[in-house]
Amino acid sequence: MAEKSSRVLIDPLFSNNPIALQVLGICSALAVTTKLETSLVMCGAVIAVIAGSNLSVSLLRNHIPASIRIIVQLTIIASFVIVADQILKAYLFEVSKQLSVFVGLIITNCIIMGRAEGFAMQNPPMKSLLDGIGNGLGYSLVLLVVGFFRELLGSGKLFGQVVLPLVTEGGWYTPNGLMLLSPGAFFLIAFLIWGLRTWKPEQAEED
Amino acid sequence: MEHYLNLAIKAIFIENMALAFFLGMCTFIACSKKVETAIGLGAAVIFVMTVTVPLNNLVYTFLLKEGALSWLSESLGGYDLSFLGLLSYIGSIAAAVQIVEMALDRYAPALYNTLGVFLPLIAVNCAILGASLFMVEREYNLAESAVFGFGSGLGWALAILALASTRERMRYSNVPAGLRGLGMTFLLTGLLAIAFLAFSGIQL
Repeated sequence: MAEKSSRVLIDPLFSNNPIALQVLGICSALAVTTKLETSLVMCGAVIAVIAGSNLSVSLLRNHIPASIRIIVQLTIIASFVIVADQILKAYLFEVSKQLSVFVGLIITNCIIMGRAEGFAMQNPPMKSLLDGIGNGLGYSLVLLVVGFFRELLGSGKLFGQVVLPLVTEGGWYTPNGLMLLSPGAFFLIAFLIWGLRTWKPEQAEED
Repeated sequence: MEHYLNLAIKAIFIENMALAFFLGMCTFIACSKKVETAIGLGAAVIFVMTVTVPLNNLVYTFLLKEGALSWLSESLGGYDLSFLGLLSYIGSIAAAVQIVEMALDRYAPALYNTLGVFLPLIAVNCAILGASLFMVEREYNLAESAVFGFGSGLGWALAILALASTRERMRYSNVPAGLRGLGMTFLLTGLLAIAFLAFSGIQL
């Protein structure tokens, strides 16, 4: 059992990554990654919401009528997102302003819906909680890697601290503006997937 | 009139939902293998957005905004229910999609057959909810939100159509094994986004 639980937690990181393999939840993953700080806050919010919603859906799974399960799941998720949104507004107002609508959009993040429907409805609470955290971490992994490269290459900083001194400020690094724009994010994810699939060839598609 | 035109052009090209804000990406990537599917999905998104954004505008102005309830009675004027926004928007979107689906099924079966399978998918498409949230954040009025909804939908449909057509052509190319499918799709989307960046120079 212990071994199985750890698989549930670890699997979504590399072997079954929600973004790279299941193509879920990309929307928010790209929009908030221009800075590492916003990415980190977003990851925290998503992990909290997915863990909470997986746990509650799993606890309620025997009481939810099948015909209205989507609405019930959506309501549970939306409640958690509202809590997360209010907490961010109260304690991290600056970051929450930068994240703008994307905290709200966690509701429609397909990872959360997908895990609630696909995993939490059939599995006991503890396992669902772990699965939620695992998938949240898998999502965070991609988000942080993309955020790291975008902030480093795009503005020469990490967490707002100068790492590569810019030419404009007397340093040597010419920032790559493309990284801060949307195409940069698409290319980074593409390379990430390419790397992952070269490392684990069984994930490659035939198409 | 010019104001509305500017708003529409901005929503379609400059602030394209899919390519500039990354909204609706999941369906954007997953359903762009064939041009036919892309057309159906695009049409459904335009339709649903044009309906739901003004609808949510009404919900916001008359139910949720601070002091919005004062039309019911004076004593309710002090309430600010905007924290319920997310829940109400997603609810009204789900309801609108359901109604649209039933109405199409009854009155326009041909259209229903093309759009039918995509409509439930759309209820959880982040582009739809995103459009409503942007509408609230930017404080559009009813007419503006209708134009914004239509424009955003059209922009999204345009983007998915472009991607689907490119992906159909990709079948004849020799793509490196690890990049096949998803990876290549992201690269293509990136290139498309660069193309759309050219519009950002337009001064409105």
